[in-house]
Amino acid sequence: MAVTNVLIAGVGGQGAILASELLALAAIAAGHDVKQGEFHGVAQRGGAVFSHVRFGDRVYSPMARRGDVDFLLALEKLEALRYAHFVRKGGTIIVNDHTVEPIRVGDTRPYPDDAIESLESRGFDVVAVKATEKAIEIGNHRAANVVLLGTLAGSLDIPDEVWDETFKARIPEKLLSLNQQAFSAGRQIPKR
Amino acid sequence: MKRLMSGNEAIARGAWEAGVLFAAGYPGTPSTEVLERLAGYDEVDAHWSTNEKVAFDEGVGAALGGARTMVTMKHVGLNVAADPFMVFPYAGTNAGFVALVADDPGMYSSQNEQDSRYFAKIAKVPLLEPADAAEAYEMVKTAFELSERFETPLMFRTTTRLAHTRGIVEPGDRVEAPRKPFSRKASQYAIPVYARFRRPELEAKLERLREFAEEFEGNIIEDGDASVGIVSHGIPYQYVKEVMPEASVFKLGMIYPLPAARLREFCARFETVFVVEESEGFIEGELAGMGITNVIGKERFTNIGELSADLVAAGLKGDSVPADFAQELNILPRPPVLCAGCAHRGVFTTLKKLGVLVTGDIGCYTLGCLPPFDAMHTTFCMGASIGNASGFTRAGEKQVVAVIGDSTFLHSGLSSLVSAAYNQVPTTTILLDNGTTGMTGHQEHPGTGHTLKGAPAPAVDYETLIRAVGVQHVEVVDPWDLEATERAITAGLAHDGPAVVIAQRHCNLLPEEKAREKTPYAVVPEDCIVCEDCFMTGCPALVWEDDLPYIRDWECVGCSMCAQLCPVDAIVLTGEV
Repeated sequence: MAVTNVLIAGVGGQGAILASELLALAAIAAGHDVKQGEFHGVAQRGGAVFSHVRFGDRVYSPMARRGDVDFLLALEKLEALRYAHFVRKGGTIIVNDHTVEPIRVGDTRPYPDDAIESLESRGFDVVAVKATEKAIEIGNHRAANVVLLGTLAGSLDIPDEVWDETFKARIPEKLLSLNQQAFSAGRQIPKR
Repeated sequence: MKRLMSGNEAIARGAWEAGVLFAAGYPGTPSTEVLERLAGYDEVDAHWSTNEKVAFDEGVGAALGGARTMVTMKHVGLNVAADPFMVFPYAGTNAGFVALVADDPGMYSSQNEQDSRYFAKIAKVPLLEPADAAEAYEMVKTAFELSERFETPLMFRTTTRLAHTRGIVEPGDRVEAPRKPFSRKASQYAIPVYARFRRPELEAKLERLREFAEEFEGNIIEDGDASVGIVSHGIPYQYVKEVMPEASVFKLGMIYPLPAARLREFCARFETVFVVEESEGFIEGELAGMGITNVIGKERFTNIGELSADLVAAGLKGDSVPADFAQELNILPRPPVLCAGCAHRGVFTTLKKLGVLVTGDIGCYTLGCLPPFDAMHTTFCMGASIGNASGFTRAGEKQVVAVIGDSTFLHSGLSSLVSAAYNQVPTTTILLDNGTTGMTGHQEHPGTGHTLKGAPAPAVDYETLIRAVGVQHVEVVDPWDLEATERAITAGLAHDGPAVVIAQRHCNLLPEEKAREKTPYAVVPEDCIVCEDCFMTGCPALVWEDDLPYIRDWECVGCSMCAQLCPVDAIVLTGEV
């Protein structure tokens, strides 16, 4: 199998790393070779965080090449814009329709309100998901990462029972049901 | 069983399985998690040392005393430990001794880019470098075997990408390495006249290592396309395989010393050979020294920053690197900032107001150099601030302040303060005591009262310590109290001799601070005169909303600094509105 490249991006504290770890673990359980490389700056909070997850028969580089990413999972709109140049032509961008205002250091520019339209105009297949809203409905805004992971799972060839086992193995008992609900809510969002 | 492990976790696991008994280090991204993971194993006596030289010295003692030992540090930590690193090889080790050194190409969390491979050559010690987590796990076990077989300290080098990339590892069991008794031979360990005898022996050992490199199974030739030959290693090897899987590749696991005969034979098979390595042209230089000249290296693969598969493809095949349209859109950045209510904000708000010259040090507080503070004017390396301030003062600058964190002070600031006290240099040092090693992720240190393994420990009494070295003016202040902070710094500057202000307030991210019940502040819109004074602390909890300052109550920790700055008392505790 050719290597599948997923890039997960978000803001510190949104759970981009946990989502990529879950994906990597599920890919291992499904029998793939996996590499997951993450980037986080010196900021404890509020900084941009992104992580590459690559799986297939044999994975070498921990990071996908620019223009090679099949799926960008963005936990925030500005971060979708920031990393979209990694996505291949016709690739899919699953984006949380949610804004986290950046902390500004002497930068007064407004937050771009047309991030999703801008990505669509560049020819990407954009799936906008109100993941944070969904997660709040389910009980915790922090589960937005797993809602999006559920949406991504609809496009991947990883069996449901593998996801289920992965969640049971990785997520603490008291948060398991919340995350399972978030995942299945995301899973029900139709592929386009 | 297959497990997902980062390079750092894999190294710790491999070292544990290799029977490591003692491990020491100082936190430094990207090396930190190796020691943290080792500390999780009961069999390993692991601790944070005050600095990397101390860790190294302790490691030398432990290894001579017969315990398999690992010391961990980032690249600049090796600079601190360079003294024993250069001398220990003369004696050689007893039990296995591995120094884990993590470089940071791209400077994700460092002040410099440094290719530490050169250190191994200067010290004449073998250097191994793995290419992914699975290899790191196996190679670290080999490292201990080689260290004992050749009775030499060994350097195990990683980079940020290796350290923080997860991959599949299939761990095994620990094999105990029994302690090896130490034999007291002064001729091996002391004084120049003996060292002169050891010197040729060091060369002889290096010669044996060169011979071994020829047969080392971590140096692998992967035969492929007979027209393209590539020499590579570590993470760059992965990029090579990614972009040119068909090429013939000589993958080096031992970077020093190199297998000269095999390299000559390999390179002779091709018209030209690409040498793909990150940072400097270390291997390229070694090849040149062997007389191998049909090489293309740094002219195609930059020595600046981190390499990538895209950059390697550009160098090997002339591929163009796809544009980053994020640059062209000029997307709002998310810069690193001090947290809401961070105690450092009180100190830097005050320093900005005073307009003094500030020498800085290594920690979160380095962000004091950015707006709105612009109140740090130099930062070089761990512990430099106090010495730098003394120098500025000696050059004739008045009103110089050194700013240094608690962990950094204990790491290497103390000796500079002793020098300033001894020479009675009239500078003011602000010790930012936030009760932890903040930037690297809240590690314990000698001032926190706990060890790496969580055991209670005596906490350094800074005030007594600082008075004991001869500083007569010492004041402790809460940096959340802006008036008191200004008074203390001003008094320190007025003092005719070295002065220290201890700004004491725990980091807001420590668990007990996070758990503390907080009452946020709020702006009373009808009282606000929009003077913007409250923005002087740069707090991320304070934003503009409808052309008025607004406090995001879910971020506010109730520090009150913005309220103190408000000239009309328009910022009040919620509940008092």
